[in-house]
Amino acid sequence: MKRTIPLIITFLSALVMIIIYFINPAHVQKFENGVFEWIRIIGAFALFLGLFNLLISHFIKVRRNGMNAVYSIALIVAFFAIVISGIFFDSENPDGTFQFMFNNIYRPLSSTMFSLLAFYVASAAFRAFRAKTKEASFLLVAAFIVMLGRVPIGTMIWGKIPVISNWIMAYPAAAAQSAIMIGAALGAISVSLKIMLGIERTYLGGEE
Amino acid sequence: MKKIFSIVAMILLLGVSAFAEAEKSTKLLETSRFPVLIGLILFAFVIIYYIQKAKSGQHIFIRRIAGLNAIDDALGRATEMGKPVLYVPGIGGISELQTLASISILGHIAKKTASYETDLYVPLRDPMVYSTATEVVRESYLGAGRPDAFRENMVEFLTSDQFGYVAGVDGYMVRENPAANFYLGSFWAESLILAETGNSVGSIQIAGTANPSQLPFFIASCDYTLIGEELYAAGAYLSTDPKSKGSLKGQDMGKLAVMIVIIVFALLNVVRNATGMESLSNMLNWLDKFFAMKG
Repeated sequence: MKRTIPLIITFLSALVMIIIYFINPAHVQKFENGVFEWIRIIGAFALFLGLFNLLISHFIKVRRNGMNAVYSIALIVAFFAIVISGIFFDSENPDGTFQFMFNNIYRPLSSTMFSLLAFYVASAAFRAFRAKTKEASFLLVAAFIVMLGRVPIGTMIWGKIPVISNWIMAYPAAAAQSAIMIGAALGAISVSLKIMLGIERTYLGGEE
Repeated sequence: MKKIFSIVAMILLLGVSAFAEAEKSTKLLETSRFPVLIGLILFAFVIIYYIQKAKSGQHIFIRRIAGLNAIDDALGRATEMGKPVLYVPGIGGISELQTLASISILGHIAKKTASYETDLYVPLRDPMVYSTATEVVRESYLGAGRPDAFRENMVEFLTSDQFGYVAGVDGYMVRENPAANFYLGSFWAESLILAETGNSVGSIQIAGTANPSQLPFFIASCDYTLIGEELYAAGAYLSTDPKSKGSLKGQDMGKLAVMIVIIVFALLNVVRNATGMESLSNMLNWLDKFFAMKG
C-alpha cells in the first residue's frame, strides 16, 4: 500500500499531463496553471525542509568544533543576517541593508564564481587539444579552424576560413548534436514510460 | 501487462473518438501534435514488447557502456584510499527526467558505498530533490543491510543559487579530496567549474548529461562521460531487473527505427532531386507537412 498509492498517483498524473499536451491550450490553461501552482506550493514547503537540514547540519559541525567549523559559522551568520534584514527591514528599499548586502556581497561573489569559467575553459582546452591521439588531433584542427573563423584575424589569414568554420558548425557539429538530442529524447520517453508504468520506482525511495 | 494494454487501447479509442468529435465541432485537440502521439504510441509498444520479452526469460544483449563499468572501479578506488565519494545529481528540479535518471543511479551507488563502508556525500540544489535523494539513500543503506551506516548529513541541501551551489561543492572537493566524483544529471554553466575543480584535486570523475552544450566540458575534464541517452539508460543498465533491461532494448530499437527513417528519407530526397519524380515529390511534401509541428 505504501508504494501502490504513490504509483497510482504517478500513473494518473502522467496520463493527465500527456493528454493535456494534445489538447488545445485554450481549454486546459486554467488546469495547467493550477498544476504549476501546486508544484510551487510543494516546492516552498520543501525549501523549508532543506533550509532546516542546512542549518542543523552546520550547527552540528560547529558543535563538533572541527577543522572547518569556521566555514559553518560564516554560513550561519550570513544566513541569519540576510533573513533578518529581508524580513525586518525594507527589502525593496534600494538603500536598505538587504539591498546593500545583495549588491555588495552576493553579486560580486556570484560573479566571481562565474568568471572562474574563463580560466577553467583555458585549462580544459589545453588538455583537450593535446594531439596525443588521432581523434584528439582531429579535434584540435577542427577547433583551431572554428576559433580562427570567429575572429577577424581568421579572414585576414585566408578568406575561406570563416566559410570552413561555418561549414564545420552547420554540418558535422550539428549532425552530432542532433544525434545526441534524438537519442536523449528517446531515452527520456523510455524513462517516462518506466516511471509511468511503475517499472522505475527508485524515486519513491525504494527498489527499482 | 494485459491491464496495461487494455488501458493503452482505451486511451487510444478515447483519443481517436475525441479527435473525430473535435474535428466536427470546436478545435479541442492540437491536431498539429498528432504525429507525436503516433510516434509515442509506437515507441511505447516497442518498449512494452521488449519488457515482456525480457520478463519471459529470453536473453537480451546489452552493449557495454565504459562509463558505467567504471563506476565500480571508482568506488573501489575510493574504498581503498579511505576517501569519500561525491555524487552531484545536477542542478535540475525533480520534474526533470535527467534528475530522475540520476536519482536512480544514486540508488545503485549508495547501495555499493553502504556495502563497502565508504563515505558518500550528496550536495543538492533543489529542496524537492533533497527530500527524494535522502529517502533513496536511506532506503539503499537499508537494502544493503547497513541502516546504521546512514547519516542524515550524507545528503545535504546547499542553496538554490547556481553559483552559490558550485562554491559549496567546490569547497567540499578542496577540503575533503573525494576519491571519486559523479556528476550525473542536468548541468549548465557550472559543469566545467565542478569538473575542473575535481580534476585539480585528482579525483576519478564520471559525468553524464543530456545537455549537448555541456558535454564537451565534461569530456575534456572527466575520465568517463555518459553521452545523452546513456544517462537515461544507466539506471536500467545497472539494474538486475529484467523489466529494466527490456526497456533498454526497446529504447535501442526505437533509436534504430529513427536511424532507418532518417537514412531512407535522405535517400528518397536524393532520388527526388536527381530524377524529379513527381509522385515521389508529392509524397515527400505531404509527409513533410504532416510531420511539421506547429507550436
